[in-house]
Amino acid sequence: MRDDNRRNQYFLVSLASVITVLLVWYACIDVLELKSQIVFPGPVKIFRTFILKLHTRSPDGATLLSHLGASLKVTMLGYLLGAAAGIPLGIAMAWNRLVDRLAKPLFDLLRPIPGIAWIPLFILLFGIGTFSKALVIFLSSFVACTVNSFTGIRQTKDVHLWVGNVFGATRNQLLFRIAVPTAIPMVFTGLRVALGASWAALVAAELLASNVGLGYMIQQSRAISRTDIIIVGMLAIGMVGAILDKILHAVEARVAKGMNVR
Amino acid sequence: MSLEPRRPVEHVIECENIGKSFPAPGGGRREVVRGITLRARENEFLALFGPGQCGKTTLINLIAGLDSVTSGRVLVNGETVREPGPERGVVFQSTAIFPWLTTMGNVEYGPRMAGMGRAERRRKAQRYIDLVGLRGFENAFPVQLSGGMKQRVGIARVYCNEPRVMLMDEPFGALDAQTRYLMQEELRRVWEAEKRTVVFVTNNIEEAIYLADRIVVLSNCPATIKREYAIDLPRPRNYVSPEFLGLRKEITSIMDSTL
Repeated sequence: MRDDNRRNQYFLVSLASVITVLLVWYACIDVLELKSQIVFPGPVKIFRTFILKLHTRSPDGATLLSHLGASLKVTMLGYLLGAAAGIPLGIAMAWNRLVDRLAKPLFDLLRPIPGIAWIPLFILLFGIGTFSKALVIFLSSFVACTVNSFTGIRQTKDVHLWVGNVFGATRNQLLFRIAVPTAIPMVFTGLRVALGASWAALVAAELLASNVGLGYMIQQSRAISRTDIIIVGMLAIGMVGAILDKILHAVEARVAKGMNVR
Repeated sequence: MSLEPRRPVEHVIECENIGKSFPAPGGGRREVVRGITLRARENEFLALFGPGQCGKTTLINLIAGLDSVTSGRVLVNGETVREPGPERGVVFQSTAIFPWLTTMGNVEYGPRMAGMGRAERRRKAQRYIDLVGLRGFENAFPVQLSGGMKQRVGIARVYCNEPRVMLMDEPFGALDAQTRYLMQEELRRVWEAEKRTVVFVTNNIEEAIYLADRIVVLSNCPATIKREYAIDLPRPRNYVSPEFLGLRKEITSIMDSTL
């Protein structure tokens, strides 16, 4: 009961901060008219454009939801494949010296290259379709998942491994029953960082080369000076990113029980 | 493991003149255990009492097989110890229970590693959870338990694996005084209900006198045996009885002269 009250209070505080920003924005544009609605539209206009873009294809050829769907599809493809490759590699590198020696030089070379730096190369090699974008996202997700899974396994406590040894655990049991559970919170950190990086890489890729997607919508709107659609696109990117992060948090809370005090 | 029939052994644990040294930083070697000969009979509660940070944990690790001797040899059940094994359970100093497992998950860990079926190992684990007084906390994660409760889980976990020998390395060292008394009483009760051969390391003399059949007093760095005391007071022992206090005074006085 008391916890509920506290949670409601925090929710009200958070709501108040959002409302304050909206009010200041409204006051600057709609009341004081510091900028014209065409150069920088107010919140009311943005809301109207948002409703309009839900069912109108002009001026960029698709509704907001089709753009969103296209963007999400590519992101999820690249993100999940990156995680599927990165997590096992990170774990293997942390657990096995040979794999570490084998993969480390290459990985250290790839790691500092930002995902978007691959875009020009991929466009020339594979064109501007789904494959190029998915590949950029794959790399961004892969790097974040590998690094964090690696760190997670390395956090395994010696005393836990001793307990395993004392109970006669095999080397595989030490890995899957002790090291991997230890690493789970860091694996999820990696998944979250990777999700942010993937979503950011996608938008960057769409801004540079695409024919559909939220980034493409923004880029087209810039060409015809439709600030309102640009902002709708940006807000959509922000909201979807936040929702995906929340979903991941919920999954982590179920999987990594007992590992976090939150 | 040898295939010959196991001959009955008089002593479950035999340490024959064991020594251990580690490479020291800056060259040379640091000797932490020197010439220790120890024997423990079946179901004997043996306390290793000594001051300082040196040698006692190493001794436990040598018997557990987590570390190897530099000289001499360690036998458990008449066989030379070469690596850790399920017949030697260890309760570690820090809370070494797994934070990602519930009380039940931790206690059933040993039988699970040994491939015992779910229903059977659950039943067994439940028995030891009840024995250490954690009924009702089966599904709690370690973050939800107090320090004393965590060590109870650690003790139940070792018991549940039914080891021949239990090695306890200052298991109550991190607890506050009040909880410590409670846990000593609890361990006495559990051990009397289910006897095991125990080697119990402590730097608390009351704890040693309260629990042990025999106290081996160790010197500090390198650890050598200073003296042994057989404690034949009836259990449960009274912390303030004249015999208890007399022993305490005597053992404390020989410690003081070495420091």
